Amino acid sequence: MSIDLEQFHETFFEESFEGLDIMESGLLELEQGEVDLENINTIFRSAHSIKGGSGTFGFTAVAEFTHDMETLLDQMRNGERQVSASVVDTLLGCVDVLRNMLNAIKDGSEIDVASVADMTNALKSILGEESASSVSTNEASPVVAAKGWLVHFKPELDIMKTGNDTVRLLRELNSLAERVEVLVDNEALPSLVEIDPEECYQSWAINLIGGDVSEDDIREVFAWVDDECELNIEPLADEENYVGTERRDDDRRESKTPDRRAIERRNKPAKASESSSIRVNISKVDELINMVGELVITQSMLSQFGEDENFNETYMERLKDGLTQLETHTRELQESVMRIRMMPISFAFQRFPRLVHDLSAHFDKKIELVMTGETTELDKTVLEKIGDPLVHLVRNSLDHGIEAPDVRVQKGKSETGAIHLSAYHQGGNIVIEIKDDGAGLNKAKILEKAKQNGLIGHDDRLTDDQVYDLIFRPGFSTADVVSDVSGRGVGMDVVRRNIRELGGMVEVKSMPGEGSVFTIRLPLTLAILDGQLIGIGEETYILPVISIIESLQVKPECINAVAGNAEVYRLRDEYIPIVRLYQIFGIEPTSEILNEGLLVVVEAEGKKIAIFVDDLLSQQQVVIKSLKTNFKKIEGLSGATILGDGTVALIIDIAELIDLYQKNMARAVVSIKGGGLAA
Amino acid sequence: MANILAVDDSSSMRQMVAFTLKGAGYQVVEAADGQEALNKAKSQNFDLVITDVNMPIMDGITFIRHLRGEANYKFTPMLMLTTESSSDKKAAGKAAGATGWIVKPFNPDQLLSTVKKVLG
Repeated sequence: MSIDLEQFHETFFEESFEGLDIMESGLLELEQGEVDLENINTIFRSAHSIKGGSGTFGFTAVAEFTHDMETLLDQMRNGERQVSASVVDTLLGCVDVLRNMLNAIKDGSEIDVASVADMTNALKSILGEESASSVSTNEASPVVAAKGWLVHFKPELDIMKTGNDTVRLLRELNSLAERVEVLVDNEALPSLVEIDPEECYQSWAINLIGGDVSEDDIREVFAWVDDECELNIEPLADEENYVGTERRDDDRRESKTPDRRAIERRNKPAKASESSSIRVNISKVDELINMVGELVITQSMLSQFGEDENFNETYMERLKDGLTQLETHTRELQESVMRIRMMPISFAFQRFPRLVHDLSAHFDKKIELVMTGETTELDKTVLEKIGDPLVHLVRNSLDHGIEAPDVRVQKGKSETGAIHLSAYHQGGNIVIEIKDDGAGLNKAKILEKAKQNGLIGHDDRLTDDQVYDLIFRPGFSTADVVSDVSGRGVGMDVVRRNIRELGGMVEVKSMPGEGSVFTIRLPLTLAILDGQLIGIGEETYILPVISIIESLQVKPECINAVAGNAEVYRLRDEYIPIVRLYQIFGIEPTSEILNEGLLVVVEAEGKKIAIFVDDLLSQQQVVIKSLKTNFKKIEGLSGATILGDGTVALIIDIAELIDLYQKNMARAVVSIKGGGLAA
Repeated sequence: MANILAVDDSSSMRQMVAFTLKGAGYQVVEAADGQEALNKAKSQNFDLVITDVNMPIMDGITFIRHLRGEANYKFTPMLMLTTESSSDKKAAGKAAGATGWIVKPFNPDQLLSTVKKVLG
């Protein structure tokens, strides 16, 4: 029977990466001086599982590498080895190498042999062995008796109490040789009244004749019981005819040891690993099944009305009831389905203790990482894509935010800086904050740099928040020295772009000398949005409810026209630019007169605009269809949806719309200036 | 057909064992640790138990010791999945009542031939 082991690889990789994460966080705990036996056991088990699995599924290099790790961990859990910082560091390094190896195998690329060899050597020097290879080489070459064997087998009385069965052993012997003669010795059998049926009183003498049986073959049969029996194996007594029974211990076969550097090569093309599986708690699935059950009941209730010909008013009432029920159940079903995709943010957070540990060493800074809200759940896709931007922000705080210990002491702060990573739900959003107690953003430096790069004019007056927001502009970096961690100038703009692609936004607040807070807001899911439908002329657009601050009727006295064809609306003590959507999208409005329509004030990334619309329509949940995959990316729009009447409505991306508006305004200003010069 | 209890905390190993045995026509029940296995073993009968040694909550050897103490499992074959290096584990397992072991790594054919041997 041949079984394709490849079908289990996906699961193996998944659990191995999980195991590596467990090992990593366990090791980091160890490093903080908490020597907890259960923790070491957990780390050991993860290494052990990876070793077992990789051996079974044919990843020899991984199995061999893990073997030494396991040996070291085994010594640690048996108390034979002190837990020291250098041991923990080496093991952390091993975790990295192992992760790379597994990734390489998974993608079908080459394993970095050099790093594996380095780490193996590091492990061996700790273990203090020349060769830790477990492959036993001291087996004598198989001894084959030409004629056959005489086996005396006398089991102990309670051999059957470990589930062993003498009949099985005899059956196995029988399958080895060409001819088998068995002599049973019933001498020890007590009288019937004294017999304990659970004990074994017999012993056997067995002749194995022919069939090239080696002594090892026979010992193999008895391997499980060799501590529960007297076993005597000797060549059949025909002195002249047998050869090679002397054990030649010096004839060891070194070549049996496999090449330690053996690498699994797979010529499969690297596959895109995005379509990975998802583990779902059974209770979530049960919930779904329940909801579907409810739906079926509602359906059967409603279908009655289709069959009955005497449709009257009482039926109408019940039909309405049924439809209400249908709506409730559909919504609950939808929520349950969404929950399946929800995962705790700890999956994204768990890499940070390690990252902070490594980077603190790299920068010679002392940093304490505090994480809260790890159980906050968000969509799996969002979760996977938020990892990199988060890493960037944490690195940034560590590199630019937190000061060196001596500088901190001078400023009267504690030597150890703190980075606080937190997540929580707010409205329909998830908010992630990265807060440090470092120096805060350097306003003067940002302004200088922005002027240098032409991001702002020399006379522009900006609020503090506007200044800080400049760091998210493309091509901006204030690092004095470009380090290998951050400060390559491609950074914050990419962070913002990635977060926007997830339908989210990122802002920064900063206090000189006290630190900075980066706040990321993300939608809980990418699939559904609470939308406000608005009408402009014949068209319907959708605004995310989450970005709407208020909607208002226009008071003509509050409208101010400013230079460059722009209009602003005075709302209490703020001036908010008015955006005429029909101009940007080039459509025909019902009216161009402001007080005949409405203004919807929306906010994104700290900026507000007032969108001029003809009418506010209903609010509803809409299913987001990507424009990028179905058509192409259009600036200012985040997607489209299909409304109840079958028409398509476009969903507006507020942050992009604001950018678009600002660009249009800048162009208008330039053209006026240009016109002025020509005149 | 024989009913087998397969215990391993690694789901890939468990899947592999279960898939192989089911393919050969055995009935297989899976458990992820010793405690879960013990509960399952008490609620139905098994003709063979195959268990990993290193597992969270309850390890394989403790599990075997408990199960061997149950009247229904006095003579039931119980095999440990173990790595070659752990000869002390083998001895500890035997002392707890294990019938024998299957050395890791193993392939499906080795697994099946051992199971066939034990179940006859």
